[in-house]
Amino acid sequence: MTDEQKRIKILIAKPGLDGHDRGAKVVAQALKEAGMEVIYSGLHRTVDEIINIAVQEDVDFIGLSIMTGAHIPITQKLIKKLQDKGITDKKVFVGGVIPSRDIPKLKELGVDGIFPGGTPLNETIEFIKSKAQKV
Amino acid sequence: MAVARYIKDEKDQIIDVIYESGIHVKPSYSPKDLEEIGFEYEKDLADPGQYPYTRGIHPLGYRSRAWTTRQYTGFGTPAETNERFKLMIAHGQTGLNVAFDLPTQMGYDSDDEMAEGEVGRVGMAVDTLRDFEIAFKDIRLDKIGSGLTINAVASIMLAMYQAVAERYGYDPKVISATPQNDILKEMIGRGAWIFPVEPAVKLIGDTIEYSMKVMPRTNPVSVCGYHIRESGATPAQEIAFAILIANAYIDNVIARGYDVDDFVGRFSFNLNVFGNMWEQIAKFRAARKLWARNLKERYGVKKPQNLFLRGLFGGGGYGLTKAQPENNIMRGAYYALVAALSGAQTTALCSYDEAYTIPTPHSALISLRTLQLLMDEVGLRDTVDPLAGSYFIETITKQMEQKIEEEMFKIEKYGGIIKAVADGYAQRMVARQAYEVEKGIESGELFKVGVNIYKEGESMEVELHEYNYESAEKQIESLKQVKRERSSTDVARTLKELESATKAGKNVMPYLVECCKAYATLGEMTNVFRQIFGEFKEPSLF
Repeated sequence: MTDEQKRIKILIAKPGLDGHDRGAKVVAQALKEAGMEVIYSGLHRTVDEIINIAVQEDVDFIGLSIMTGAHIPITQKLIKKLQDKGITDKKVFVGGVIPSRDIPKLKELGVDGIFPGGTPLNETIEFIKSKAQKV
Repeated sequence: MAVARYIKDEKDQIIDVIYESGIHVKPSYSPKDLEEIGFEYEKDLADPGQYPYTRGIHPLGYRSRAWTTRQYTGFGTPAETNERFKLMIAHGQTGLNVAFDLPTQMGYDSDDEMAEGEVGRVGMAVDTLRDFEIAFKDIRLDKIGSGLTINAVASIMLAMYQAVAERYGYDPKVISATPQNDILKEMIGRGAWIFPVEPAVKLIGDTIEYSMKVMPRTNPVSVCGYHIRESGATPAQEIAFAILIANAYIDNVIARGYDVDDFVGRFSFNLNVFGNMWEQIAKFRAARKLWARNLKERYGVKKPQNLFLRGLFGGGGYGLTKAQPENNIMRGAYYALVAALSGAQTTALCSYDEAYTIPTPHSALISLRTLQLLMDEVGLRDTVDPLAGSYFIETITKQMEQKIEEEMFKIEKYGGIIKAVADGYAQRMVARQAYEVEKGIESGELFKVGVNIYKEGESMEVELHEYNYESAEKQIESLKQVKRERSSTDVARTLKELESATKAGKNVMPYLVECCKAYATLGEMTNVFRQIFGEFKEPSLF
């Protein structure tokens, strides 16, 4: 790899009106300590705002933290908008309150990684490292 | 939940125990410990009902009256809410606790683009006075008090509560509302904020000032260390933040020329029960003492009953696990025991299934029975503050007092709670703590039964309630109807008056009441504030 030295850059985003961000901040901190560059969107973001931040900051990954049960419509909207804008260089992962029956549906939508509450932090870190190598 | 760090030797003997707030626990305690820490009965404890109220605010405690139980419940439309209210009243409940949906909490009408997918999801949707008219129909507002779990737009909901009471013929002097109305904790922990720190605190000052004059039976603020603790704070930080936040609201009202004795007696607190049990008991006892001392020494409060830390000690949500969920019933029982040993006036428990779903009526009933059992069967009403005089409890209560003061000092040294929240300093303190706990659980340094020790079987699947599109559409339709029927000139006039008053820095409450009576929407009123105040820019530090 030519850009081996380039740090992995990640946006951790909180879409929608829900304000529970303990998990999002813990994951952000863990990724940062694992040597990645992490940007946190802050609360109450629209999908458009999230995409704008991701483009402006030129991140490699967008991580959505969703606790309200709206993970499918929100993720669908984000992935569709990324496709419409021709943005193909960003991988998407989702964390939060995600029932296991929804995991196949999220994968079908094109989500690269799904990390329901309780997933060990290392699993998320390893996932990102392995995906980043394939970019 | 993982709560204390245990340092062990190779033979699995405990060498040291370190509580979350940083207290080291010894193998045993004796009178020498009390002597070393300078313990004096009259100064540090005194009898129950005596300053500094470490032992409780009432001389007879639960002997005179058992605690109040108030389980939190939420449901979709105003009509469904009204039915549930009536049912609970029929079962002898004397207080209501209203849950609002997220759009309402964030000041958006049900037809707003931002509300899509969230109308009625986590509570009742409220757009106009019409919704309150339906929700509170046939409820005796002079007899029943209402908790309104709302913060950023608490001023608007309180105005709407007055408007609905007047519509049904009640004098505002006889009604009793308890809006949560603690915006600083939303900024640190729960995230339902809208306006920047200073105008948001000013709105809270408005509600306190207005209640004092117009609705004297209303409890305008419930200061919530609870959510700050849920977000990661240590028990000492929970209390330190809560006291400093309460002081910020007091300062706002004092600056208007009022005597603190005129309003502070209506403040209440909402504090958390999960964690190491001894540390929590010490926390509640130290909190009562520090709050009383804070009011007496810092503010010169004179009336003894104004020095009481009244509160709901309960919940414990963060302590519950999805793994082996029945264990949460036992956890709940121990948490409730902590609340009872600490002399809680009011309590409520998270239900055992709450880690993976909205509680069923059955699990909510188990919580209620857990609380009743302690009072009626096990003996928690027998005597006040039964742990008083324990060498261990009294030593760590004094140590906890010092830890809380250290945390308060950190924030004050930084420039005060308002600055600490505006800059994200407080949020970062809490987020760091959350990360430390998470790392401790992963490394196995902190124990969590069913999660990192005594694991067995599968954990419960999360159950999410399907979104009810039909009831959301109904709500939007009813909003449209109100908009068709109301007088647009009255709406425009009252909103204009609200705008001028807001710009002039006047107390907005009387203007909000007029807007509500003209059926202005929550979104319209909130937008007046949004345009003048702007929105809180969250410092995205972690």
